[in-house]
Amino acid sequence: MLKDITIGQYFPGKSFLHRMDPRMKIILTTAFIVLLFIVGNWMGFVISIGFLITAIAVSQIPFLLVLKGVKPIIPLVIFTSVLNIFFVDGQVLLSIGFLRITLEGVLLALKMTIRIICLIMGTSLLTYTTSPIALTDAIERLLKPLNKIRFPVHEMAMMMTIALRFIPTLIEETDKIMSAQKARGADLESGNLLQRAKALVPILIPLFVSAFRRAEELALAMECRCYHGGEGRTRMRQLSMSRLDFYGAAITALCFIAVIVANLLL
Amino acid sequence: MIMIKTENLSHIYSAHTPFEKVAIGNINLEIEQGAFVGVIGHTGSGKSTLIQHFNGLLKPTSGKILIDGKDIWENKQQIRQVRFDVGLVFQYPEYQLFEETVYQDIAFGPTNMGLSKEEIHNRVIEAMEFVGLKEKYAKKSPFDLSGGQKRRVAIAGVIAMRPKVLILDEPTAGLDPKGRDQILGQIKEYHKQTKSTVLLVSHSMEDIAKYTQKVLVMNHASVFAYDTVEQIFTKSQEITKMGLSVPQVTKVFYQLHQRGFALENDVYTVKYAANEILKLWNQRGE
Repeated sequence: MLKDITIGQYFPGKSFLHRMDPRMKIILTTAFIVLLFIVGNWMGFVISIGFLITAIAVSQIPFLLVLKGVKPIIPLVIFTSVLNIFFVDGQVLLSIGFLRITLEGVLLALKMTIRIICLIMGTSLLTYTTSPIALTDAIERLLKPLNKIRFPVHEMAMMMTIALRFIPTLIEETDKIMSAQKARGADLESGNLLQRAKALVPILIPLFVSAFRRAEELALAMECRCYHGGEGRTRMRQLSMSRLDFYGAAITALCFIAVIVANLLL
Repeated sequence: MIMIKTENLSHIYSAHTPFEKVAIGNINLEIEQGAFVGVIGHTGSGKSTLIQHFNGLLKPTSGKILIDGKDIWENKQQIRQVRFDVGLVFQYPEYQLFEETVYQDIAFGPTNMGLSKEEIHNRVIEAMEFVGLKEKYAKKSPFDLSGGQKRRVAIAGVIAMRPKVLILDEPTAGLDPKGRDQILGQIKEYHKQTKSTVLLVSHSMEDIAKYTQKVLVMNHASVFAYDTVEQIFTKSQEITKMGLSVPQVTKVFYQLHQRGFALENDVYTVKYAANEILKLWNQRGE
């Protein structure tokens, strides 16, 4: 049950996207998000959707899998669409009582939906093709300038790495504790909301205790290996840009120009 | 009387996917009421999967489990009752403690059973006695105890449900030799007094030989043998081949037997070994 969670899941591979520098991937994904919001007409949408589909095809990640990532945000999409349909003024298509549906509202809702779905698919493509370690490495490098204003970039990156590392461990632990409490007759499946919330106590307390224990052990183990933060620390894996990254950047830049041109001309 | 019976019991993890793995396959087993059974097998042989079927935590992919003659999956609503009848103590059970006091934690199972306050009290006191916890611990926080004491509290928490079958998954893992002998001795005493069925999963052949009457050997997702301790140790060579060890004294006697000494080859405790040697000694003396 708990093992079905796919947040930030990485699918190893050797495609063009997998081999790109994670820093470039983050920059280009951000650029893609910006692109989605400067798009002004249907031509622009065709270009950005085409760009996304090409990227998915190149990554060799099954299309259905990328689509699956959209599932959790469907309620959000529906919510924003409904709001847009009813609250935008313009040419009235249909009116029920005090509610009016306008043509502009429907179009805006459609655009919003496409934007959100593309946004989720684009960002999930980033996590599907980049290992969590590479991702945090890249974030650390990209945020390095913030060091100047005394923002603890390395510490933040280390925290992210550790958090990601312990997700599977904690899921396994939760499963174990749940089984153990069920064996003592804990009832997790029935009752009203309050009873169910109460039933979680025997699971959450041992889980917290073990999380604190693990944190303490990990901190000790890191100190034993002389960890003292990011200062003067060298890396085993150096990030380096290659030709691939410039190709990727060039293609994205072309899309950007195309969208801007479409915005101006149409 | 048969307490636990399985019919063609199989469990497959991640069925119908590329990660499909048969954890246990086609297991037919009959465990008698009142037996003290040692369960042994190398890591990944299916021991843990098997015992989690006995109290309905895992649902079989195919086959049946009968506890006290009743198919436990016949009525899904009754599955909680099965968990009270078959008490399962997990590995490292001290990590499941959560209550403010030892007393409350041990009372968690009986409270879930919906018993009266008085009955719960009796059971908690009785369970604490079985595991050798003095009464002064009742008011303490379980998090203030030592590792060994915590484990006793966790075991008492299951015993307090007065299950018909008590299953313990490596109850002595990570304890020092003294703690190990104490806990195993208390489990044996519990078995003697309550006459309930006890299953003890262990990696230590020495412990199993010393405490249990029957042995269930698991190998590659199926039952290799289920027999009395004596019979199992006549197969010491096959067991060694499986990657399990037999007690040292069994190894010695096996070698002596191979070299033509008129000794039994099923020796598994030092006491038994001493008797055997004395017997041979006396025969030679005559």
